[in-house]
Amino acid sequence: MKSVSLSRWLLLGEWRAHILQVIVAIMAIAIGIALGYSIHLINTAAFNEFSAASKNLSGQSDLQVHGRSAFFDESLYPMLAKYEGVALANPVLELDVVMPNKLQNRNDHKLKIVGLDMFRATQISPDLLGVPVEGKRLDGLADDAIFLSPAAMEWLQVEQGDVLSLNAGLQTITLRVAGGLVRARSGQRIAVMDIGAAQWRFQQLGLLSRIELKLKHGVNHAAFKAELTKQLGDQYLVVEVTDQETRIANMSRAYRVNLNMLALVALFTGAFLVFSTQALSVIRRRQQFAMLRVLGFTRRQLLRQIVLEGALLGMIGSLLGLGLGYAIAAMAIQFLGGDLGSNFFPGIKPSIDFNPLAALTFFLIGLGVTVLGSMAPAFEAVRAKPALALRSGSEDAALSKLSTPWFAMFCLMLAMLFTQLPPVFELPIFGYLAIALLLIGGIALMPRFAARIFTSLQNVWGAQAGAMVTLVLARLANAPNQAAIALGGILASFSLMVAMAIMVTSFRVSVDGWLTHVLPADLYVRTVSVGDQGGFQLSEQKAMAGLSGFERVDFFRTQQLRLDPGRPEIMLIARPIDSIDPRNTLPMVDDAMTPTVLPEGVTPIWVSEAMVDLYGYRPGEKVSLPIGKAADTVFNEFVVAGVWRDYGRQFGAVQMQLADYQRLTGDTSVNNLAVWLGSGATLDAAMANLRQLPFGDALEISKSRDMRALSLEIFDRSFAVTYLLEIVAVVIGLLGVGASFSAQTLARAKEFGMLRHIGVMRRQVLVMLAAEGGLLTAMGIVLGFVLGWAISLILVFIVNPQSFHWTMQLHLPWGWLTMVAVIMLVSAAMTALIAGRRAVSGNVIRAVREDW
Amino acid sequence: MLELCKINKAYAEGRKVLTNLSYTLRAGEYVAIMGDSGVGKSTLLNLIAGLDTPDSGEIRINGVAISSLDDDASTQLRREQFGFIFQAFHVLPHLTVSQNIALPLLLNGAPTERVEQMLAEVGLRDRGHHFPRQLSGGELQRVAIARALIHRPKLVLADEPTGNLDPDTAHDILQLMRAEIKANGASGIIVTHSHAAAATADAILNLTKDGLHPAHAGHSQ
Repeated sequence: MKSVSLSRWLLLGEWRAHILQVIVAIMAIAIGIALGYSIHLINTAAFNEFSAASKNLSGQSDLQVHGRSAFFDESLYPMLAKYEGVALANPVLELDVVMPNKLQNRNDHKLKIVGLDMFRATQISPDLLGVPVEGKRLDGLADDAIFLSPAAMEWLQVEQGDVLSLNAGLQTITLRVAGGLVRARSGQRIAVMDIGAAQWRFQQLGLLSRIELKLKHGVNHAAFKAELTKQLGDQYLVVEVTDQETRIANMSRAYRVNLNMLALVALFTGAFLVFSTQALSVIRRRQQFAMLRVLGFTRRQLLRQIVLEGALLGMIGSLLGLGLGYAIAAMAIQFLGGDLGSNFFPGIKPSIDFNPLAALTFFLIGLGVTVLGSMAPAFEAVRAKPALALRSGSEDAALSKLSTPWFAMFCLMLAMLFTQLPPVFELPIFGYLAIALLLIGGIALMPRFAARIFTSLQNVWGAQAGAMVTLVLARLANAPNQAAIALGGILASFSLMVAMAIMVTSFRVSVDGWLTHVLPADLYVRTVSVGDQGGFQLSEQKAMAGLSGFERVDFFRTQQLRLDPGRPEIMLIARPIDSIDPRNTLPMVDDAMTPTVLPEGVTPIWVSEAMVDLYGYRPGEKVSLPIGKAADTVFNEFVVAGVWRDYGRQFGAVQMQLADYQRLTGDTSVNNLAVWLGSGATLDAAMANLRQLPFGDALEISKSRDMRALSLEIFDRSFAVTYLLEIVAVVIGLLGVGASFSAQTLARAKEFGMLRHIGVMRRQVLVMLAAEGGLLTAMGIVLGFVLGWAISLILVFIVNPQSFHWTMQLHLPWGWLTMVAVIMLVSAAMTALIAGRRAVSGNVIRAVREDW
Repeated sequence: MLELCKINKAYAEGRKVLTNLSYTLRAGEYVAIMGDSGVGKSTLLNLIAGLDTPDSGEIRINGVAISSLDDDASTQLRREQFGFIFQAFHVLPHLTVSQNIALPLLLNGAPTERVEQMLAEVGLRDRGHHFPRQLSGGELQRVAIARALIHRPKLVLADEPTGNLDPDTAHDILQLMRAEIKANGASGIIVTHSHAAAATADAILNLTKDGLHPAHAGHSQ
């Protein structure tokens, strides 16, 4: 007989006999792979589309020149146009204009308007040219014409010839939809205007966003870039398209990586499930394998057989997972968008592409975890001495190596070490490794814990406990390895769920507290501003501050600053700050420097935590920022007077006194104001007063409680996908309990048969199984809570700060955790019971006659 | 003690194994049942234990018809009045020797003091705290015998109890089993292929397709 045939017989025989376990293991792997692969597909599609859309805007330029803030003076353009080595310079004004009727979606309410010199754009970004209707060729230069991409037309529900009203500052601008664009990416929402018209209409006269350069043939890009950078000085940034890509990658990387890690949780739980399926299968067939060894099956053949079984589970599960993942991704993109509802990639419509390399990677991950899950049981089976293994009762001893504490201790120690290491490429790689090691170490300690706890219980109750209690406790105390295997999946999923729940709650409570701190006023007012121009001039500020019923009005001036071409812009917020104690104004994370210790003559700034992480700003340190006169942005020196917590801007923000800002820049305009009402004044009356101002219609007025509610709603929507992934992980964990108990109860058929012979009733066997399941799960829940709490510390204090550059306080959602624990307890006991029914419904006579 | 009245039993595929079988086992009697493979020896044992039901006929234990009992009642009957000894021992690996032996007492809610005495009787005085994996095959069967008799059952059923043991150990076990059954005042039925094992019984019965027939006298009283 060929060994291949024997291998096939053994495999098919085992799978036929235990088809349920096989299906559950395949499903676990398939779900894990499907989640991981679908999130990868969605993220990749969204990122690629976002990146491609940005490239589409950049055209075919070799280099771009940007200012430190969003706009710079156009006087630079003639100089660059004549610069040696430049074939073509293309001035661009790019504006994100708020669409008033889309304000309900705070993160996705802007239309990007690109102002172009149509003659130059034909050579550098021809795709962005407007396509006027026949006979109206000059529309491309008309000051009232705007060209929209198909997606923008659909979004705004307008057609060629329609009128489009936009708010800019305190004015309403009416433009004519003159046509479409030569080419825009599917779903890309952009509009194009003549640059002169855009400057005039949007009150950006004399300003540009960037100048795109096409270099002459033979010009060395790197050398040119270096020379131009030197020539232009610090107030300008010369960037390549690759810098742009890095910037886009930086913007979303933490989000993408964290989501991928979360998806891998399901796969991780699935891997435990495969391990438990294979381990229990090997235990069950221990005598069978010993017999095969006696008959002449070599160790290598046996090892190959067991690993092959695991690998086949992995292959089938992974293939199913890839198909399922593709379908989930396609549906999610269709119904939720490329950012799964979190609005991380607004204004694009990505489509899923099949990438064989990514598919192969995920297939190999699935295969890898199943083969790894099979290795330990396979080696145990191979190492077992046939003479000993042939005897019954040695099953738990088979897994005794699992209960040696050294491996677990090693994992835990390594995890501790990893928590102390810094991020890698600004990602908490060691944080994630620490979580994985903590989980593996914690689960590896399970047999020890189980033995200790249940032996203690046994000792406490003693022989007076009755047959059922004795049977249950003896089983759990003396066969801890099998118990631990059954619990592995549930422990993994529950601890990760606890960790995620604690992290999300800590984050939510911290955000809620932060919102209360940063939104202390009753009303917030802003103009539908364009770019960085302050919307309210002094006269308008005076008019608003003088309204009746206002007790206090604080004006804010916000502006974007670009400090590093490879990073997204930071936000500068100039506002009145309590200089005696900044904690009254800002949510400080540490003690701020008091004015008395500030050096004489320096201007204080307060930086967000992201500035510390990304730019290395430290309290007391002197830093230079491009905050100066608008005409020639100059760097001024500031001292970092403190660090504050900012959950709104993960790429960095700086706050300074409004008076300092106005002194340094001469800019007295503001974009926002916070209003505290006097006693007796009502919100509605105050809002009505504001609306009655001459420019009242252009005001965007928000109640602080609505802003807080909206922010929390966005927060909850962003985390909705994490709840879904947690639930999937727990369902996989419960499936694992079901599969493990099912396998164990089948393996214990002889035991139940004997018990039934000597007078144990069918329902007593079921109660025994439910009690075992319940006690094991209860222990798993307690240990899972401890483990989850430890993991949550890593998530809260390491992963989050390293990923998003913000810290938070720890908060435990006791009610939620209790509810999940009870659901898990009942589910696991029921699962054990259902699995047990199958075992006790079998033939009692046959059970005791079967040797294996 | 045990009455078998016109028992008929066929396997699921229709093959008849027991036809019009009748027999009465008196209290304190210890008999061995022999017969060819497949003749229905183990089936008969399972019918007596209430683990299987005859197609027709009646089995009475101390006057109570087993067929009239539901699953709980027949389980209760086994728990109180039967002791079982299996070829494959079937001791629970995660219970100690003492716990394994005490199991029937615990199930019956009886005190467990007798365990020490039983351990001594089966020659395992100092092994009570050991686990089954630390015992030899002969020792495991001693545990099974102790477990079968600890609660003073009325009837001990043994199915090939020495099938897994070497001749010397088997001899010791059979002597022990007989001695214990007699000492506890129980009746016993041993199903075996082994003439040596059968010889330890008071009487040997041959099971054929025609029923149970006395072979020759077993153990000399």
